[in-house]
Amino acid sequence: MSAETEPVKAIVTPTRLEYEFTAAGTHADFLARIAEGKLLGSRCSECGMVYVPARGSCPRCGVAIEERCDVSDKGTVTTYCVVRVPSENIDLKLPYVCAHILLDGANIPFFALIQECEAEDVRIGMRVEAVWAPKEEWGATFENIRYFRPSGEKDVPVEQLGDWV
Amino acid sequence: MRNVGIISFAQSRYVRHEAKRSEVEMLLPVVTEAVQASGIPKREIGFTCSGSSDYIAGQAFAFVGAVDALGAWPPIAESHVEADGAWALYEAWVKIQCGQADSALAFAFGRASMGSIADTLRMQLDPYTLQPLGIDSVSMAALQARALLDSGKASERDMAEVAVRSRRDAKDNPDAQLKGDFEVDKILAEPTLVSPLRRHDCPPISDGAAAVVIASEEKIRELGVPAVWIRGIDDRIEPHQPGVRDLTLSPSTKLAAERAGGDVASLDVAELHAPFTSQELILREALGLGDGVRVNPSGGALASNPIMAAGLARIGEACRQIWSGRARRALAHATQGHCLQHNMVCLLEGE
Repeated sequence: MSAETEPVKAIVTPTRLEYEFTAAGTHADFLARIAEGKLLGSRCSECGMVYVPARGSCPRCGVAIEERCDVSDKGTVTTYCVVRVPSENIDLKLPYVCAHILLDGANIPFFALIQECEAEDVRIGMRVEAVWAPKEEWGATFENIRYFRPSGEKDVPVEQLGDWV
Repeated sequence: MRNVGIISFAQSRYVRHEAKRSEVEMLLPVVTEAVQASGIPKREIGFTCSGSSDYIAGQAFAFVGAVDALGAWPPIAESHVEADGAWALYEAWVKIQCGQADSALAFAFGRASMGSIADTLRMQLDPYTLQPLGIDSVSMAALQARALLDSGKASERDMAEVAVRSRRDAKDNPDAQLKGDFEVDKILAEPTLVSPLRRHDCPPISDGAAAVVIASEEKIRELGVPAVWIRGIDDRIEPHQPGVRDLTLSPSTKLAAERAGGDVASLDVAELHAPFTSQELILREALGLGDGVRVNPSGGALASNPIMAAGLARIGEACRQIWSGRARRALAHATQGHCLQHNMVCLLEGE
């Protein structure tokens, strides 16, 4: 390269790949059920764990799961974080709370937003319930549940939350 | 060196589009069948390695999701290669050579139907000089086929004959996807897809999964199962820039075969991972395969081409030939990259 040639500092190479993702198997079952206002789980025949959303295999046992079961839209906070920084595409008043919620009847927590209470009032063991979008807006999507809010029930003592805390 | 053998192989029935099952649901029965057939209790498999590509799944960390098919509780020793499953088997073989495991599961999966696979494979090219050209994997293979034809070493008829033989042999393979009786002259009368390649010179788009279990000789003797011994295994890679290679030759395949201890004279079968008809012709020459060696009795990648699993499936199909008594010594080959850039040769022998 001669002394007077400007080095090329950047090039632009536009790249685009398109995918057609079809929700298959249990994913499709879960989405079909949430369109009816229910949360579908699946129960492992070997270890008895109930997973939600429903999945086709047990990650612990490595076996196929056939049994489906609805789980409650009420649950218990097993852990949470308070978000104090804004992020793109999330139009929520700061601070807000994201929590792991162990739904009644399930054995793994479900990730969700908590609203209708102050961030400092959220605690492990707190009982919460799903707030659904109006029925006429329901589709085969997670967005049917707007968020969870305190249900007003008595807290679950932390020691009763076992392995989940 | 420890003697290491393959003790089981399973694969899915390859299909154009797996719509009803997720990747994990597609993988689970294949992994389960391979492990059960090995006779080793699942929790006693010493090491697990998978081969897949998140570009094909269109999801970051899709390969981590595959662990759900394994039952990784209590936690297992696991690894992943962003490569064909044949390289997952290679890593597992090294692990056993190092004495860190006595048995291992290698598996691979891909649902190429979810995107435009020819464009996805373009992402393997360097982003500065090659990707901006927009050349896809079929066009790359066509460049190679053109070079081969112009060299005078092969004709379009030779290519069509590979296609006809592959799809005919695939009729005996229940897992194969594209099979049937075709005629060379009719194929040659068809228009080209990407000149000089016709549709028949190209592989189908396939969704599927494959798995093998390997073990040390001590473990195999303890289990008392029939093994296919890995007598040699080696892989070699050529430069990335296709312009610096002679695309009509495959020196990396030739060298890998030599390093694997290649004695092609006594081979009964060769399972070559050649997604394009022209590539089989190049590989046969590189390996010096004579007429006495039956090539791709499974139908090869021209019958089913599960990207990421097609190379591992060649090893598994070669094992099936040995287990069924149709062969005693077999060569299995796997490739990845454009125009046979990276090649593995695995020499297999029955008891």
